[in-house]
Amino acid sequence: MSKKQIASPEEVLDSFKNQFSNKITKGRIDRYPIGPSKHEMIQIWMTVDPSIFRDVVKHLMTFDKHAHFAVSSGYDIEDRIEIINHFSIYPGKKAREISINFIVPLPKSDPTMDSICDLIPGALISEQEKQEMLGIKVKNIPKNMRVFISDDFPEDMYPWRKDEMNADKMGRNLHENDKIPKPKMGADK
Amino acid sequence: MMPAETTEKSTYKIPIGPIHPALKEPVMFEFEVDGERIVDADVYLGHVHRTIEWTGMRRNPVQVLYLAERICGICSYCHPMSFALAVERIAGIEVPERAEYLRVVHAELERICSHTLWAGVAAHEIGFDSVLFLTWQVREKALDLTEYLTGNRITKAITQIGGVRRDITKDMVPKIEETLTFLKDNFGKLKKVFLDDKTFKMRSQDVGILTKKEALQLCAVGPTTRASGVKKDVRIDQPYFAFGELDFDYVTPDVLTGEVNGDVYDRIIVRLLEVKQSIDLIEQCVDILSGLPEGDIVAEPKVAKLLSQLKKIEGDGIGRMEAPRGEVIHYVKMDGNEHPYSWKVRAPTYNNILPWIPMLKGEQIADIPIVAASTDPCMSCTNRVGIVQNGKRSLFTNEQLHKLSVEKTRRLMQ
Repeated sequence: MSKKQIASPEEVLDSFKNQFSNKITKGRIDRYPIGPSKHEMIQIWMTVDPSIFRDVVKHLMTFDKHAHFAVSSGYDIEDRIEIINHFSIYPGKKAREISINFIVPLPKSDPTMDSICDLIPGALISEQEKQEMLGIKVKNIPKNMRVFISDDFPEDMYPWRKDEMNADKMGRNLHENDKIPKPKMGADK
Repeated sequence: MMPAETTEKSTYKIPIGPIHPALKEPVMFEFEVDGERIVDADVYLGHVHRTIEWTGMRRNPVQVLYLAERICGICSYCHPMSFALAVERIAGIEVPERAEYLRVVHAELERICSHTLWAGVAAHEIGFDSVLFLTWQVREKALDLTEYLTGNRITKAITQIGGVRRDITKDMVPKIEETLTFLKDNFGKLKKVFLDDKTFKMRSQDVGILTKKEALQLCAVGPTTRASGVKKDVRIDQPYFAFGELDFDYVTPDVLTGEVNGDVYDRIIVRLLEVKQSIDLIEQCVDILSGLPEGDIVAEPKVAKLLSQLKKIEGDGIGRMEAPRGEVIHYVKMDGNEHPYSWKVRAPTYNNILPWIPMLKGEQIADIPIVAASTDPCMSCTNRVGIVQNGKRSLFTNEQLHKLSVEKTRRLMQ
């Protein structure tokens, strides 16, 4: 495929499936009708095995050399942590931009993924944030330091986690504390 | 305060921040300087994290709208609306046609308020306070219009999942037209001051350069990246609301000057031209709205019914918008419960932080305020800058740093 050509969403998804076969699962294309003329907005989703994540990003860059990395989000569910990497390709092509989201499930027993900062330097803050908020480990991250959470915050607590490693006990939960006097409603009557 | 460091080189380090109003979020910079010139810069983030996402995961989607408004005082429309877009996509809610145009009006009005606020601050940073007052006088009219249309000036509370909360009726059109005429009349004056003034040019041309390659690699967004010649604008790339029906194009500095330098001057050009573009977009929408029959402005007006619908939805969705400072993206995952299972907010500043480093390298300390302000309109003043040199500490207050910047302007004017 010519690099200058704009690939259709089906071509993009098929290309990933062909390249990485069973390491790519749950590929889907979401189409949303937008605006009064109901033109289509396209978002591609696929679940990617952590071992090929870097190769997937490299493959994405064959479609658009300057694939835009927006951010990665994430959550933990059951025994895994899922990192969703939000990319888009073809910005600058009117109404042809495609959002591509790679879901990378990491087992909680070894939540390690590769850094993509050498491919996309702008990914640094996002990778740092996922380390401290979800407790994953990013291999070869250029600056292994905290970014949003202060250095004196406990090391084994991760605010976005929903399991026993969450940081809920750091919250003050004033509404649950009986020792704090509650405001008397209508006391002036 | 950073620990003192002694190096063999003749450079020393200046920390700026953590409480530093150059950005909305408190942030800390560490500059390595050789005399007046910045050799290297480093960024440290996150001194105040408000756990808004954590809180949002314990609220229902309608409550999250009002929480999201408080992420940023200037983008108080973009954040709740991006969240609403994500939820609408998960729930398959279709927004009425009238609401799509109303959403554009509010988004563009917010852009005018934000860009004019920034222009005033930029003028202040280089010592032109009369221009600050002139610019904010213009902004005041835009805020008055915001209040007229939404009932509020800053946190607008206009967003609803599936539409907007207030309509623009025919009797409101004259007031909108009057404000837009005022803005257009003053636009020429502002353009002349910012783009033609000799001193403005001297302070902003060839200062704080971000090359196109750097902008692309560092994933910069909004006017910051467009000023470096990257055609990236979510409104056009992946149209949302009614932007796909409107006539407008990418604003890059070559539209006006025929060339792209990626300096502070180019960022001024992009923002000023975008104010003009926003006025034009509002006019287009108001014209279309006047011709549309009166009708629904929200898919489901009963909030209780909407909430009971949202309780049942499952799936994940993304809401993306072009905020005044660039792409804002919200990721939402719903799992059939009252609260979102996951919510991630990515504001444009998040991506525009790393580009500060190449922009500031090679510049002078006196250029920090204007270069820092050039990526983001909300720099009000620099708190204080501490200089640590061989264990001896001296402090630059905000006033001193500002004075350095003003003195540089005066020197250039002589």
